[in-house]
Amino acid sequence: MRPVYAISGGVSKFAKARPDKTFQAIIKEAYDYAIADIGLDFPTFTKIVDGSVASYFSDHFSRQLMAGIMAQDYLGLCPKPSHRVEGGGATGGLCFQEAWKSIASGHMDVCVAYGFETMSHVETWKGNEFIALASDVSFDYPVGGFYSGYYAMMVTRHMKEFGTTVEQMAHVSVKNYINAFHNPYAQKSQRISIKDVRNAPMVAWPLTRLDICVMSDGAAATILCSEDGLRKLEAAGAKVTRPLVKVTGIGRGTDMMRMADRPHVDYDFFMENYATEQEKSSDETKAYYKKLWEHGTRYPGVHSFRAGRTAGNMAWKHAGISDPLHELDFVELHDAYTSSEIQTYEDLGLCRYGEGGPFAESGKAFLPNIDYGLKLKDKPVCAVNPSGGLIACGHPVGATGLMQAVFAVWQLQETIKAHFRDDQLQVKDAKRGAIHSHAGTGTYVTVSVLEREG
Amino acid sequence: MAKLPSQREETLGGFVVHGVPFPVGTDEESLEFLKKMAPIQIEQEYRITYLHSYGQDSPWFAALTNKRLLASRDPASGYTTANPRGHDIYSGNETKWIDITDVPAHVHAFTVCYFGSQEFLPECPFVLALIEFDGVNTLLLTRLMGVDPDAPSLDWIGIDVSPRFLRNSKLKPTDVYFVPKSG
Repeated sequence: MRPVYAISGGVSKFAKARPDKTFQAIIKEAYDYAIADIGLDFPTFTKIVDGSVASYFSDHFSRQLMAGIMAQDYLGLCPKPSHRVEGGGATGGLCFQEAWKSIASGHMDVCVAYGFETMSHVETWKGNEFIALASDVSFDYPVGGFYSGYYAMMVTRHMKEFGTTVEQMAHVSVKNYINAFHNPYAQKSQRISIKDVRNAPMVAWPLTRLDICVMSDGAAATILCSEDGLRKLEAAGAKVTRPLVKVTGIGRGTDMMRMADRPHVDYDFFMENYATEQEKSSDETKAYYKKLWEHGTRYPGVHSFRAGRTAGNMAWKHAGISDPLHELDFVELHDAYTSSEIQTYEDLGLCRYGEGGPFAESGKAFLPNIDYGLKLKDKPVCAVNPSGGLIACGHPVGATGLMQAVFAVWQLQETIKAHFRDDQLQVKDAKRGAIHSHAGTGTYVTVSVLEREG
Repeated sequence: MAKLPSQREETLGGFVVHGVPFPVGTDEESLEFLKKMAPIQIEQEYRITYLHSYGQDSPWFAALTNKRLLASRDPASGYTTANPRGHDIYSGNETKWIDITDVPAHVHAFTVCYFGSQEFLPECPFVLALIEFDGVNTLLLTRLMGVDPDAPSLDWIGIDVSPRFLRNSKLKPTDVYFVPKSG
């Protein structure tokens, strides 16, 4: 496979509602920004780009089938090749990886991945219903289809089995909201406390409104290219930031649609098939897991995402990572819920299964030099959701995974200050980061690793 | 004192408007002014009735109407799923039906929904639960009744429960729900 570079990106302002523009024009905001950032004009880029991948989750929200081609049309990209990808909340992450495939395979030299969602066209409770249709409509949806309810069930099990607390979850909310205070693209930024999170209206016990991401209108776009594509762009006058950002790891995993159907495997099967390389090589960790299983833990059950673990393990192997916590400088992960950020720490091997709660409050996933108003035990090690994540930035589903890619490119280019007009969120000397996109109750998960060259 | 609402509830309803402000002339200056116009938003209704088939899972619903709870079992391995599944995921074999109505059952996980999708808002708060059954490898999503939704507790996890069935079946998975086992 050929090397693939992520050279530029753009994000529209995420907002609760964007009635000022149609979805095509919102995408164009992000697309134009990405083109302008490499110093090209619209006609020149149009001439060079080989094709695109379009990303959006729900035809229901826009009440429009074939929205992808409407975006392609508006962006002036017809008749170049394109296709739409859809995979629930992981749609953006899948789109990024499809664009990567187009380049890595040699099918294209320059490919743009764009995505959007306009969720404001219906009331919040109807939006919840649309999203819940991404659960089995024969068996799950009719029982009380509500994703916050599904995630709340996962976390009650996590709490019971591992002792995770609501205060530990609230640490995630405080971190992400306060990070977003420095991100002008974020839909919400507020200086909140643990108490604020717990005193917010209860949505699905124990998750409060501040434990849950919001619905949004927004778009994002990322430009990927091969070495040949880079030469073509630069020959046309593009000014691509050096050092380059290369995509070095790709991983995907899946799990069953009905959360109730997930297996509950024994210790030996877990160690053989799901444990990280780091976990397999540590006798202490093996003993730790043995003890968990003796107390009744089974994997993945409903407390863990084996799709996330599978995607992570695959991406780490591809990128040559054995200790993600210390070999990644940051992770932009899919924190639709504070609880799912904690679950994902564990899936990605940033900590062991069962230790996500203590990890959340340790400080390891926080940024240095930001006052969170919290007493944190440990120094920052690997910033998680330095942008503010979905909880604060918003979650216009088809755009979300691409937004993560754009923020990751800017982190690795060390251009956060230029784009955010504030360098508080710049991870110092960031060399390697990961983006993580997640669908349903953990049905599709993607993990991609991006690295700064040199 | 409970926090008082500070915002009125928003709805999509409003007046029907025939005609909106627009420049009298379409000279260059007036047309340029249109760039400053606020967007027009209209309501679009979308209703549809689907003829949904439960296909090979139909007997599971038929059983509920007869106050029985079925599960699927791989005849060779014995792997059993609480949700119906026509074919086993490990062997690919066609499964057989078994009756788990009287199998001991326990709460595996739960939540209380104080908010939800439009369809279920009138039922809030309601309790969702995942039920585990002795000898069954997977769980069942259901409603849990007989517990106080205003006093949720992790202690609910592990309690023994038993199924109850609607007298008047709706041919939906909510034809069965669970309650704490008495005695």
